Amino acid sequence: MADRATLEEAVRLQGERVRGLKQQKAGAELIEEEVAKLLKLKAQLGPDEGKQKFVLKTPKGTRDYNPRQMAVREKVFDVIISCFKRHGAEVIDTPVFELKETLTGKYGEDSKLIYDLKDQGGELLALRYDLTVPFARYLAMNKLTNIKRYHIAKVYRRDNPAMTRGRYREFYQCDFDIAGQFDPMIPDAECLKIICEILSALQLGDFVIKVNDRRILDGMFNVCGVPDSKFRTICSSVDKLDKMSWENVKNEMVEEKGLASEVADHIGAYVKQHGGVSLVEQLLQDSKLSQNKQALEGLGDLKLLFEYLTLFGIAEKASEEKLRTTETQVLVAAAQKKLLEERLKLVAELWDRGIKAELLYKKNPKLLTQLQYCEETGIPLVAIIGEQELKDGVIKLRCVASREEVDIRKENLVEEIRKRTSQYPATIC
Amino acid sequence: MAIREKILNAVINCFKRHGAKGIDTPVFELKEVLTEKYGEESRLIYDLKDQGGELLALRYDLTVPFARYLAMNKIKKMKRYHVGKVWRRESPSIIRGRYREFCQCDFDIAGQFDPMIPDAECLKIIHEILNTLQLGDFLIKVNDRRVLDGMFAVCGVPDNKFRFICASVDKLGKMSWKDVRQEMIGKMGVTPDVADQIGDYIQQCGGVSLVEQLLQDPKLSQNKQALEGLGDLKLLFEYLTLFGIAEKISFDLSLARGLDYYTGVIYEAVLLQSPAQQGEEALGVGSVAAGGRYDGLVGMFDPKGRKVPCVGLSIGVERIFSIVEQRMEVGPLFRKIQATETQVLVATAQKNFLRERMKLIAELWDAGIRAEMLYKKNPSFLNQLHYCEETGIPLVAIIGEQELKDGVIKLRSVASREEVDIKREDIITEIQRRMSES
Repeated sequence: MADRATLEEAVRLQGERVRGLKQQKAGAELIEEEVAKLLKLKAQLGPDEGKQKFVLKTPKGTRDYNPRQMAVREKVFDVIISCFKRHGAEVIDTPVFELKETLTGKYGEDSKLIYDLKDQGGELLALRYDLTVPFARYLAMNKLTNIKRYHIAKVYRRDNPAMTRGRYREFYQCDFDIAGQFDPMIPDAECLKIICEILSALQLGDFVIKVNDRRILDGMFNVCGVPDSKFRTICSSVDKLDKMSWENVKNEMVEEKGLASEVADHIGAYVKQHGGVSLVEQLLQDSKLSQNKQALEGLGDLKLLFEYLTLFGIAEKASEEKLRTTETQVLVAAAQKKLLEERLKLVAELWDRGIKAELLYKKNPKLLTQLQYCEETGIPLVAIIGEQELKDGVIKLRCVASREEVDIRKENLVEEIRKRTSQYPATIC
Repeated sequence: MAIREKILNAVINCFKRHGAKGIDTPVFELKEVLTEKYGEESRLIYDLKDQGGELLALRYDLTVPFARYLAMNKIKKMKRYHVGKVWRRESPSIIRGRYREFCQCDFDIAGQFDPMIPDAECLKIIHEILNTLQLGDFLIKVNDRRVLDGMFAVCGVPDNKFRFICASVDKLGKMSWKDVRQEMIGKMGVTPDVADQIGDYIQQCGGVSLVEQLLQDPKLSQNKQALEGLGDLKLLFEYLTLFGIAEKISFDLSLARGLDYYTGVIYEAVLLQSPAQQGEEALGVGSVAAGGRYDGLVGMFDPKGRKVPCVGLSIGVERIFSIVEQRMEVGPLFRKIQATETQVLVATAQKNFLRERMKLIAELWDAGIRAEMLYKKNPSFLNQLHYCEETGIPLVAIIGEQELKDGVIKLRSVASREEVDIKREDIITEIQRRMSES
């Protein structure tokens, strides 16, 4: 490479010399001589003629932002930053790389995705993988015990990028963290409030925030019979429930990770549950879980959390959701007896119009039983038939999460259901 | 960080005022993109480890990525700004504001236009920014690569030593002429006579009159390159006069600028020391802004070598941050730096009012007011007031038993200690009113 560089420089200089001579109108013979020298030099370079190989691309997994994309980005960041500031956070920044030692041993299996810098004779460095470890390093370095900070910056992961799905090797993170010893769950509640504020302000449609607790998970694994040593790996299997079905997750736990089948089934019974604070209460009464100290701690804290979330006005956005196994949108129910025929007719209409609906297989189910069924299985809406409503030509549409009910004219019911469930996710009211 | 934000905002506002659009590029580029663009300085590039994929390196500036962006998107004309970090494995000197990782704010105009108008606008922008930031008096040195090359030629410097002599001249900002002269003779191998001829030229600086003078110089006027450069500089000075900034511009023959890709006018802005800053190092903190014309860079990326002429500038914000941090108490722009922008602390003087505090604070947040509360169920009133004083929060909204009964919130001004009862339903408008007045 060094030879090439010298040659290229020589070609460049000779070219300038020739140009200079021509400008100064030097003798023809002299010019010819110098031109010959130039051609000889160029020939030595080879067919490429010294021009660069054209590599007009950004590195794999990264991209440029054009002005339009920058404008969108600026708007989104403005919303996020003004929310962080509204909650009194200070901003910090840290270097794009850290000492390799700072990042070592913090990311488990993901460590292989870290970008290292070449050893050029100085400190060994690596690009930051997230903003949390740098934050911890910052706290320790500055001996800080209390801080509320936000940090917006790019992080780097040598992942397999799927650019269409927004997965890159270089991407932004917008972090907000509260460090310090405080009274329980107040800062935690504020974090959830912030998420709500931001998602609402960005107008992405309706959303739900899933909440759980590591101690409950561990307690649950414990009472189901998972050996201590397998906790973390079983946990990462359960984590895949949002991408894989329960059957596949169970298969992974039993076949690949050597968990006993009955233990997996016990886990299955728990992870299918989700709900609001009522689920917390229920689990606090669960015969097995209530014997487990960790689980009790976690459940106690979640109960407190839900109280604070209610005060913050966002409790209906938070659900302790672990899994929904069906996609049913509406339960067709009856408030009184002898309305089976009407239920059957209505549910058939809904099915014909493409709405995912169910009804209980009982002639005269209690309203309470039907409502509980919705809470257990995560059905978001109930279409309640009643005698008075039949006379008025309306159906009472009830939102399970908020418990609000409104009368909808029969002919508008399907449209109303579609409207409410058309935004992601389906649990909206 | 709040200082940083203010400075960056001032810079970006100026760029936007001149009609530039923002872009962003990745923090690293393919190694090949950066190779052979920076001359001697290439050894300062941070490489990434070869981990089996593409060979990458951290960007050294924002200009080469811009050229790559233009070529990649086949853009012929663009006025863009780019604020981002760059990395150089230099010897850091934190007092001088010289780091290995630092922020640059670049503004560039790409495209074929009538000569010197975009170049003049770049200088106008540097002038506007340095004025806005109120850093004191400054000077913008201007030169031209063609004038430098012409000067070296007429002084007898061999062609193949141009770039090296240029790099030596560039050190005049940090070394004395004596030492630079010695380097030229000792390391570069030019004769003392040649070195002295160079010395005669480069110790000159002045306004447009110097340009006129050199146009008459018997040796320089024989050199076509130098004449081109001087002609453009003359035109530039005319435009700068029309822009009203000519008296801050100095045509300085010792200005060389390290980077290889400049092809025409080059410039560098330095702060002039006022008596108050005697404590700072004699050689100052280096330049605070710089740039120039680079017509050949985009062509290096184009398969057919098609050129897109470019001119631009870079604001050295890190150096500016260093200076401002040192001079914190001076200048109205930087007074009163509160680390957060919190407007109200929601507090209580009594026990068991956590719930009321949480309800009130949620209302304030939902109304867009910047509010905080202590993460304690029963904080002491004194602690809450202290927190306000430490962090600069101007107002306290106090909940109390009697106030709840009366349907009011006590609003306290931290500075004046005055308290007044505000009806619960009016608290938001009252807070907003007070904030807009201050």
